[in-house]
Amino acid sequence: MSRTPLDTVEHAAATPDVELPWAELGLKKDEYERVVEILGRRPTGAELAMYSVMWSEHCSYKSSKVHLRQFGEKAPENDALLVGIGENAGVVDVGQGYAVTFKVESHNHPSYVEPYQGAATGVGGIVRDIIAMGARPVAVVDPLRFGAADHPDTKRVLPGVVAGIGGYGNCLGLPNIGGEVVFDAVYQGNPLVNAGCIGVMRHEDIHLAKASGAGNKVILYGARTGGDGIGGASILASETFDDAKPSKRPAVQVGDPFQEKLLIECTLEAFQEKLVVGIQDLGAAGLSCATSELASNGSGGMRVTLDDVPLRDSTLSPEEILMSESQERMCAVVEPEKVDRFLEICEKWDVIATVIGEVTDGDRLEIFWHGEKIVDVDPRTVAHEGPTYERPYARPAWQDELQADDANKLPRPRTADELKDQVLQLVASPNQASKKWITSQYDHFVQGNTVLAQPEDSGMIRIDEETGLGVAIATDGNGRYAKLDPYTGAQLALAEAYRNVATTGAKPLAVSDCLNFGSPEDPAVMWQFAEAVRGLADACQQLGTPVTGGNVSLYNQTGEAAIHPTPVVAVLGVIDDVARRTPVAFREEGQLIYLLGDTREEFGGSAWSQVVHDHLGGLPPQVDLERERLLAEILISASRDGMIDSAHDLSDGGLIQAVVESALLGGKGARLVVPDGLDAFTLLFSESAGRAIVAVPRSEELRFTDMCGARGLPATRIGVVDGDTVEIQGEFSLSLEELRTAHESTIPALLA
Amino acid sequence: MARVVVDVMLKPEILDPQGQAVQRALPRLGFDGISDVRQGKRFELEVDGPVDEAALARIHDLAESFLANTVIEDFTVRVEEVAEAVK
Repeated sequence: MSRTPLDTVEHAAATPDVELPWAELGLKKDEYERVVEILGRRPTGAELAMYSVMWSEHCSYKSSKVHLRQFGEKAPENDALLVGIGENAGVVDVGQGYAVTFKVESHNHPSYVEPYQGAATGVGGIVRDIIAMGARPVAVVDPLRFGAADHPDTKRVLPGVVAGIGGYGNCLGLPNIGGEVVFDAVYQGNPLVNAGCIGVMRHEDIHLAKASGAGNKVILYGARTGGDGIGGASILASETFDDAKPSKRPAVQVGDPFQEKLLIECTLEAFQEKLVVGIQDLGAAGLSCATSELASNGSGGMRVTLDDVPLRDSTLSPEEILMSESQERMCAVVEPEKVDRFLEICEKWDVIATVIGEVTDGDRLEIFWHGEKIVDVDPRTVAHEGPTYERPYARPAWQDELQADDANKLPRPRTADELKDQVLQLVASPNQASKKWITSQYDHFVQGNTVLAQPEDSGMIRIDEETGLGVAIATDGNGRYAKLDPYTGAQLALAEAYRNVATTGAKPLAVSDCLNFGSPEDPAVMWQFAEAVRGLADACQQLGTPVTGGNVSLYNQTGEAAIHPTPVVAVLGVIDDVARRTPVAFREEGQLIYLLGDTREEFGGSAWSQVVHDHLGGLPPQVDLERERLLAEILISASRDGMIDSAHDLSDGGLIQAVVESALLGGKGARLVVPDGLDAFTLLFSESAGRAIVAVPRSEELRFTDMCGARGLPATRIGVVDGDTVEIQGEFSLSLEELRTAHESTIPALLA
Repeated sequence: MARVVVDVMLKPEILDPQGQAVQRALPRLGFDGISDVRQGKRFELEVDGPVDEAALARIHDLAESFLANTVIEDFTVRVEEVAEAVK
C-alpha cells in the first residue's frame, strides 16, 4: 500500500515541478513558497505534512504570537516562577521544596464532533503536558461553555462532554475540583471544552522538553500509532496523498485512560531513576511536533527511523504516521547506557516502548522510511520559525452602539413582589442554577487530598500531609463582559479567579489562560483578541501574577457568527495549612454577614440583565486591581487568623446569588438589611467587582472591622446568619426550601 | 415475528481499548496465534409483522441515529432466520 514511488528527499530534489497539495493541507501560497525557500527545493510529502501541521494556527500561534509576547514583556517580578512560558507547562514554587505545574488547554472542536471522546482526550492531553514536566498530576478542572440550555443540540453535546471528562478523569484517579459551566446561544455550534490540570513535584524533578547529547536515544512509548486524528491539527484529505486509500481518515481520536494511567506511572518511575534527558508528550501534530520540538530545543540534530514506530494499522503512510494524533504516547530522550533500564520499566508497566532514533551532532532532523531519507530539515524552521502574522485588527463599528445600549436604563422591579420574583428567576436560570447534576458525575475526592471542590469558590488540594501545605485553583471567564469590552472583560476574568482563590484563604501566585475567540481573519475578532491579551497582561503585571503558559483557540465560529470573546483565566494559589481554608457555606447561626468592597449601579453584562431582560449592552463593571489586591490580602489574613468562618466572592448574579449559595450549602438562612445609601435592587443584583461577603463570629467582629478599617477596605455589616429563610428586611422573605427547589431543579429538568 | 440483527463495530482505524485488552490477555492464558481482536456490539431486534423494505429502512434509521455512533462506529443490518419451532 505504500506510495510509489516513495517521495524521498532525493526524489524531491530531482522533481522540482511536482505539484503538492499544500492548499488542501491548510498552507497559504506564501507559506508554501517559504517552505520551498527554506529547503532550497520542493518539500517531500512527509516534509510538507510536518510543515503544514506545525505551521497551523493551533501549533504555531501564528496569528496570536505577536500579541502573546506581552505576557513575557509585562511579566511581573515573581520569585515563585521556576519555569515560564514556552515549556509544556509553567512551574511555580509553592514552598517547602514543592513545585506545582498547571495549565489550561482547549479541546473545543473535537468535543463538538464527538462529545465523549473529544472531552476525554482533552483531559488526556493536558494530563500528559503535566507529566512531561516531571510532575505527578493531582487534580483536574474543566471550564465549559455550551449553547442555550434548552437547545436540543445542547442535550447531545453536554452529557457526552460531561461523561467523557468524568470517565477519563475518574479512570485516572484524578479528582475534578473546579471549573465552570456556562450556557449562551453564541456557543451553539462552538462549545468550549477547556481542561486544566495541576501537578506536583519536588524542585529537583523538573524536566524540560529538549534533546541534547549526540548518541542519546529517542524512545517512543505508550500506545501504538493509528490513523487517529489525522487532520485534527491541520486539514488533511488523505486521498490527495494517495488516491488508492479507501477511506478518508477520521478526525476523531479515541482515548484509553488505562493506558494513560500506565503512562503516568511508567514516566514518573523513569524520572525517579533519572533515566530521562528530555521528554515531550505527543499531542496535536503527534510525532511531527515531538521530534521537531525535542530536536530544536536541544542541539538540533536528530535521526529517526519511521519504520520502527509501532503501528496499529499497517497501511499508514509515512506522512500519516508523522501526523497521527493517536493518544497516550510520549517521546523520551535517554542516554544509551540507560536505555535498557528505561525499556525494562516500560515493560513492567506493560507499555510498548521502541527506540525510533537518536540525537546527532548535526543540526538537521532526518527521518527515514524503508531506508530512504524522506525528511531532511532544520527542526527550528518547523517548530519555532513558522510564519508570524500581524493580522489587521479594528474596533468593530457596532462596539459603540453596544456600549451605548446601557443596561442601567433597563426597567427595574417596582415592588417587593417583583423583586422577589426576579430573585427566584435569577437563582433558577441555567447559568446561576446549581450545577450539581453535572459536577456530581465527576469524582471530587479520589486520592483523599481534596480539601475543597465545586461549588466552592476555588478547588483546593492538600499536597503535604504533615504540614498541611496546599494549593488552590480557580478558573473564570465571562464572555458577556468581554463582548462589551474585551480589555476590561479579560481583566475581570483574572480579577474573579484571583478573588476566588483568595476567598478560600490561598495566596494567588500565577496564571494560566485559555483564550477562546472567533476567526483571526476577521479584524473585529482580532481586535477583541488584541484587547483581551493587552488587558490580561496589564492586569497580571499589576497583580504580580505572571502568566506561566496556556493556550489559544481561534476560529470558534460558525459562518459569520463568532462566539463571545472568551478568555478563561486560571489562577493558582498556595495555602500554608489547608485546615485554615474558608468555605462558602454559612456555618453558624448568629454570625454577622459583612459585605466587603464598594457596590455601584453596574448592570452591563450582568446575569440580571440576561435573565430578566435578555439584554446585553452597556459597559462591564469597573476594574480596580489595587482594590482586588487589598481585598485578597484581607481575606487571606482573616482566614489565617480565624476571623471569618465563611466567605463567598461576588460575581455574576451579584450579592443575592452569593447569599443564596452560602445559605443553601450551609442549610442556614440569612436576614439582610439594605445599608444606607443603597437600594435593595442594587444591593442584590449589582455585579460590581472587588467584593465578597464574609460571615464573622461575633467574638471576632471588632478585630475584623479594625483590620478592614486600618487597611482602608470598606466593610459594611449587612445582616446575620439566621433561621431557614433568606429575608431582605422590609422587602421579602424566601424559604430555603423554595430557594433550593428553584436553584437545584433547573439543570436536571433540562438535561437529565 | 422476525429477528433483525444490528452489528455495531468501531471503525477499523479507531482505537479499540477493549479489543486490545482481550488480545493481550490471550497469550497469557495460553491461547496463541491470535494477532488482533476487535470487540463490537450486537443488537437483536424482534420485529412485529413482516420484515419488508420499509421495516428494514426504519431499522436502518434507528441504528444510524441511536444504536451506533457513526462518527466512530460502523454498523450492519441483517435479517436472521428464526427456527420453525419458535414460530
